[in-house]
Amino acid sequence: MGAAAIRVVHSTRSSRIGVAGFALLFVMLAAAPFWAERSDLRLLVEIFTYVALASLWNLLAGYAGLVSVGQQAYVGLGAYILFGLAIFAGINPVWTIPIAGLISAVIAIPVAFLIFRLRGHYFAIGTWVVAEVFRLLAAQIGPLGGGSGISLPVATVTAIAETRQMREFLIYWIALALLVVILGLIVMLLRSRYGLALTAIRDNETAALSNGVNVTRTKLVVYVITAAGTAMIGALIFLQKLRISPDVAFSVNEWTAFVIFIVVIGGVGRLEGPIIGTIVFFLLRETLADLGALYLLMLGIVAIGVMLKAPKGIWGYVADRFGWELFPLARRVERRDGPPP
Amino acid sequence: MEWVNTIVQGILTGGLYAMFAAGLSLIFGVMRLVNIAHGDLIVLAAYVALVVTETLGINPLVSLAFVVPIMAIAGYVLQRTILNRTLGDDLLPPLLVTFGLSIIIQNALLEIFTADSRKLNAGPIETASIEVLPGISLGVLPLLQFVLAVAVIAAMQFLFYRTATGRAFRATSDDQPVSQLMGLDNRHVFALAMALSLAIVAIAGVLLAVRANFDPSIGPARLIFGFEAVIIGGLGSMWGTLAGGIILGVSQAIGAKIDPGWQLLAGHLVFLFILAIRPQGLFPKVQ
Amino acid sequence: MPEPLLDIRALDAFYGDFQALFGISLAVPANSVVSFVGANGAGKSTLLKSIAGLMPAKADAITFDGEAIGDKPAYDVAKRGIALVPEGRRLFPSLSVEENLMIGGQLGRAGPWSLARVYELFPVLFERRNTSATALSGGQQQMCAIGRALMANPRLMMCDEISLGLAPIIVRDIYARLPQIAAAGITLVIVEQDVAQALKAADHVYCMQEGRIVLQGRTGDITRKAVSAAYFGV
Repeated sequence: MGAAAIRVVHSTRSSRIGVAGFALLFVMLAAAPFWAERSDLRLLVEIFTYVALASLWNLLAGYAGLVSVGQQAYVGLGAYILFGLAIFAGINPVWTIPIAGLISAVIAIPVAFLIFRLRGHYFAIGTWVVAEVFRLLAAQIGPLGGGSGISLPVATVTAIAETRQMREFLIYWIALALLVVILGLIVMLLRSRYGLALTAIRDNETAALSNGVNVTRTKLVVYVITAAGTAMIGALIFLQKLRISPDVAFSVNEWTAFVIFIVVIGGVGRLEGPIIGTIVFFLLRETLADLGALYLLMLGIVAIGVMLKAPKGIWGYVADRFGWELFPLARRVERRDGPPP
Repeated sequence: MEWVNTIVQGILTGGLYAMFAAGLSLIFGVMRLVNIAHGDLIVLAAYVALVVTETLGINPLVSLAFVVPIMAIAGYVLQRTILNRTLGDDLLPPLLVTFGLSIIIQNALLEIFTADSRKLNAGPIETASIEVLPGISLGVLPLLQFVLAVAVIAAMQFLFYRTATGRAFRATSDDQPVSQLMGLDNRHVFALAMALSLAIVAIAGVLLAVRANFDPSIGPARLIFGFEAVIIGGLGSMWGTLAGGIILGVSQAIGAKIDPGWQLLAGHLVFLFILAIRPQGLFPKVQ
Repeated sequence: MPEPLLDIRALDAFYGDFQALFGISLAVPANSVVSFVGANGAGKSTLLKSIAGLMPAKADAITFDGEAIGDKPAYDVAKRGIALVPEGRRLFPSLSVEENLMIGGQLGRAGPWSLARVYELFPVLFERRNTSATALSGGQQQMCAIGRALMANPRLMMCDEISLGLAPIIVRDIYARLPQIAAAGITLVIVEQDVAQALKAADHVYCMQEGRIVLQGRTGDITRKAVSAAYFGV
């Protein structure tokens, strides 16, 4: 059998169904402004942002082994960049979203230089310290309201779009587009040579190192990409809220605890996990949110229960049992000539 | 003279931070686990003390006689029932489970005690002070706190390096399979370490509650202070941890003196600075 | 025939999907010296680990002193009087030499072995008792590992590759102390790659290959040639 007769195939039957399903879903969701209520649109935006945040955290922790509890640093950073540029530089807030991603990527590099010196669990708390530093610094910016925060001026808001309805549609479409771009980027990254390197690192860091994988560089690339994506989502979240304050923008509960629970419940280290987890999270929230603190308490118990009883989460359980895969990520070697067995 | 006073106050606060750190670094040293719920357990201990003092009508410092054993038993049970099941090569389970625990403790306290700020009243000792030098007077309570911190660290040092339990901790930390060949049940050893950690947490929690206001949300910041003290001091060194706590306390006191908004920031920045120039910490353990 | 101290029946062992031992059966009488020889990967160390409780096994696959211990965890097996000197010594690096010995004795089993007795057997350990275990030479580390196992006052002591990485003169020196240990009433199980050493020290020898026992016999009845043949699988 010659080398030309072999090819690497990513898709499986279930992933082809998955991709087709996603395409259909995308068309339906893109048309949502024409069929959904306003409150539904707002909820969908929130769901999209959580799927995106959870997918990014999953890339960081589940694939690169960088368990961060400080991703709120980049949510808040992106949001503050949006407010700063929109208010002081008069840039249309919509355009500040990609700028927020770029600036955050640049800031993430020296941050990584510092916290990569911490190993394992201590890395996690290090990320938290960074988020605290960002929060305290944000509280020092007087022109952005200091500790009590600030609202986007009316002129800036109307610059997004004339009517409130158009603004909401626009934010909705941006959220959907950002989510698709982020998910697409993650799939591409995992299918690239970085994806193989990540798998090698996850399985055995020392072995990966001795086989020529540049572990630090691979981790850095993932960390910076995650920071950029998280910051863009952060900017979008606060564009929808129209108001920012350090405590909300850098909230560990909202932007990290929920996100981690979503990924754990859905399935760590699998692309489908964050999506399933977000659906479960919002179902729980819509039915139990009235319970307040008890709801969070139950969420914590569910997450611990899943971690102990089914550490691969809901999707891990399903995938192991039925061999399903919605994203074309697997690598299988097939013969080009003749039908597959 | 005012500055000297600021620094002295910072040193005394540093003792408390060293105590936050001591329990954290003990657990890390024995089982390579970073307990994200550590700060929330300190706050939990403060609330346990609140209930004990209010029920029995005793001084908070006397309540230590109850709070310490209660927390130690809780630590043993927590380790045996939950945390032991998360230990292994994978970093994620212990981290996520203690993170979940942190959320559970915070919200359970919120549900039971509301978000109101509380404080324990230790009586006349709170306002007592002694003038050590003209212009510099030390509060008896902060001083007592500092002395207790030093005593706790000295006791841990003794336990770790001079007793059979300490030998078991070090052996289990070195090589788990072989320590089992010596007849050590590592699940029990880990649970003992957690019990000891939470006993220290209990002392720290009561001292915190006497010194300042507390509410269910302040745990994570205590975790971060303890963590920073550990890293500044250098992993695996108890006296280094005390020095780390003092450096952090002094940095915060100086920051606060310059601008109240800079108190916490100054501490974090000093931590990041030391991480940048000396990532192994100032006094790492020499192997 | 008296009941053996250690009785193994149809013992299997697995690393994940990989089977390392296939139905091993053997009996070790009390106060005997038994050795296992075989190439790397033959399953000798796995066998010792299984006996010591570091590998999962069926309860009745291993019987020690009349009790089924196959499913018992290692710390429980140790309490019953089985000590293992692990391959590569595995001393505790953060403990001093004396602390390493003391942790071996922390179970408090009654018997003749004490710090003083171990120092008598290996005087060099006494001289270096306060140094870190990592500062010892290879031979001294091996003595410390044996001493640590003796401190538990075991009834059965298993030694995994005592000669590994040591100069022949040191190996001879250490093997010369084994009769003293056996004379104190300890049954010895020795795993060795050095066939000559194994034949000399033991009453009974087992040759292992690919997880199975392929040859066994009293050391007086078995020729070195037969062992070599079994060893290399020719």
